[in-house]
Amino acid sequence: MLKVESISKTFHPGTPDAKKALDNLSFSLEAGDFVTIIGSNGAGKSTLFGAISGDFLTDQGAVYLDGKDITFDLAHKRAKYIGRLFQDPMKGTAPGMSIEDNMALALGKGGWLSHLTKGEKQDFRDALSVLDMGLEQRMKQPVGLLSGGQRQALTLMMATMSNPKLLLLDEHTAALDPATASKVLQITKDVVGKRAITTLMITHNMKDALSIGNRTFMMESGKIVLDLDKEQKKTMTVADLLEQFKRQAGKELDNDRMLFS
Amino acid sequence: MSVAVILNLLQTALTLGLICSLTVLALFLSYSMLNVCDLSTDGCFTLGATTAAMVVLSGHPYLAIVAAMGAGAMSGFVTAFLQTKMGVDSLLSGIIVNTGLYSVNIAIMKGASIVNLNGTDTVFSGMRSILKESSLLRYSDLLVGLIFVALIIVFLATFLSTKLGRAIRATGNNPEMVKASSINPVFTTIVGLVVANSFTGLSGCLLSQMQKSANIDIGTGMLTIALASLLIGSTFMGKGSIAKRAVGMVVGSVIFRLVYMVALRFHMPAFMLKLVSSVIVVIAISTPYLKQRYPMLMRRLSHKKEITRRMEKEGEKNA
Repeated sequence: MLKVESISKTFHPGTPDAKKALDNLSFSLEAGDFVTIIGSNGAGKSTLFGAISGDFLTDQGAVYLDGKDITFDLAHKRAKYIGRLFQDPMKGTAPGMSIEDNMALALGKGGWLSHLTKGEKQDFRDALSVLDMGLEQRMKQPVGLLSGGQRQALTLMMATMSNPKLLLLDEHTAALDPATASKVLQITKDVVGKRAITTLMITHNMKDALSIGNRTFMMESGKIVLDLDKEQKKTMTVADLLEQFKRQAGKELDNDRMLFS
Repeated sequence: MSVAVILNLLQTALTLGLICSLTVLALFLSYSMLNVCDLSTDGCFTLGATTAAMVVLSGHPYLAIVAAMGAGAMSGFVTAFLQTKMGVDSLLSGIIVNTGLYSVNIAIMKGASIVNLNGTDTVFSGMRSILKESSLLRYSDLLVGLIFVALIIVFLATFLSTKLGRAIRATGNNPEMVKASSINPVFTTIVGLVVANSFTGLSGCLLSQMQKSANIDIGTGMLTIALASLLIGSTFMGKGSIAKRAVGMVVGSVIFRLVYMVALRFHMPAFMLKLVSSVIVVIAISTPYLKQRYPMLMRRLSHKKEITRRMEKEGEKNA
C-alpha cells in the first residue's frame, strides 16, 4: 500500500542550523492499516508527513503509494490520493467561502467548467448530517463562522469524501477543547473504520496512541525507534511505553504537550 | 441649469461609471478573489484602448472588442507568468509589466501618443444607428455600457461557481487548501489574471470608443479609481452571493462617478480626480485598521493620566 524506502531529509544543510529531520527511514503499510505515531518534539513526525505528501523533495530514498513511485510528484498531484489534516483547524478550509463551496472543491469531480449537481449537494448534506453538528443546515454560510471543532470535523469530511488511499492526521485534535477533541476523534475512528482508509495519525496522547489503530510507531531523531503491532499494543501500558522509549531513544520522552495529557 | 443639461450630465456619469466598472470587476476578480494587487491595471487599460483604437480606425469596431480583450488577456498572462513561474514578486511583476506596456502602447499607436477616432464607426455609433427610430436613442451610450456590464456580470457569476471559479476564489482565500484539493494554485492564478485583465482591456476599449480617441494617458490612475470604486461598492454590497457583490462593484463605480460629477459642478477642478480617488482608497483601507487601534490609543491615554494623577498625589503627601 504505502512503502517508504530509506528516506532522509536535512534542513538547512551546510549551515550551523543544519538539522537531520529524517534519517534513513523506512516502513511499509498494508491496506487498511491505522497507525498512530508518537515521539518527542522535533522527532520528525510532521516532516515524515511532509515527505509523504510532497511538501518538499527528500534528499534520498523513495515513496511508493499503491506500487506507484510518487517520489517526485508535486504536492497537489499527490493530494488526489492523500488526504491530510493539520493541527490548525484553519488550515484545511477556505474561511471566506461557503461550506458547500469548500466541499465542492474537496470533491474534485468533474471538468473545470462543471457546476454542482443537485445530487452532489444532497450528498454533501448527507455526509455532514453524520457529524450531528447541524452543519447540513448551514451550507451557504462562510466556513469562517464555524468553531474550530466544527471546521476540523468539516475538514475531515472533506479529506475523506473523495476516498483517498491514504489519510494523514497531524495532531488534528490538539488545538480543540477536550470535549470537542474527543468528539472529532470519535468521528475519525468511525469514518476511517467504516471505509477502511489506510491512516497515519500523529498524536500526543499516549493512551489514544495505544487504544486506537492496529499499529504504533515511536519516532526519535528522524527514525522509527519502536514499531508495535496489534498484539503488542494490547498488552502495553502507557508506563511500559515510556520505559520502552527511554531504552530505545536513550533519553526521556520530552513532548511538552504529552506531559499535560 | 436646465433639466435637460442635468440629465445629460447624469447620463455621461452613468455611462462612464458603467464602462469603468468593467475594470472594477477585473479587480473584483484579481484583488478580492485572488488576493493579488495587479499593478499592471493602468497599462492594461491603456493597452485595451490603444489596441481598440487602431482596430476601429481600420473600420472594425466590433472586432476591436475581441482584439482589446485578447490584448488584455495576454498582458495578464505575462503578469501572472512573471509572478508564478519566474520568481518575481507579485507587486513588482505588475509594475514591470505596466512600465513595459508604455512602450508597447506607443508602438501600437505607431509612435504617436494619441489616436483620433473622429468620424469612424464605433460600437456607440453602431448602437445609435440601430436605435435611430426609437425613443431610446437618447440613452444609446448608456445602453451600450449596460449591455456589456450585464454580460460580464452574468459571465462572472456563472464562471465563479464552476469548479475552476471556486478554485480561483480559494486560491486567494487559502492556497494550501487549493493544493490539498489537488489543484495547482499556479494554474488558477494564471487563469484568474488572464480573465481579469481581459475585462480591463474591454473597459479601455469601450472608453476609447466612447471618447472617440485613445491616448497614452487614458489609463493613468485607473487602478486607484477602480480600487476606490471597489471599496465603495463593497461597503454597500460586500456580502452575499457573487452576483450581488458583482452588482455592488458596478454600483460603487457609478457612485464614484456621480460624486465626482457633483464635485465638478461645485467647481472642483477636473485635475483633482486622481487625488480624490487616492484619498478615498486611503480612507477605505485605513478606517478598519484605525478603528481597531482606537481602543488601545484611548487606553494608553487614560493610563498616562492615571499615572500622572498618582504621582501628583504622592507629591502632595511628601510635601
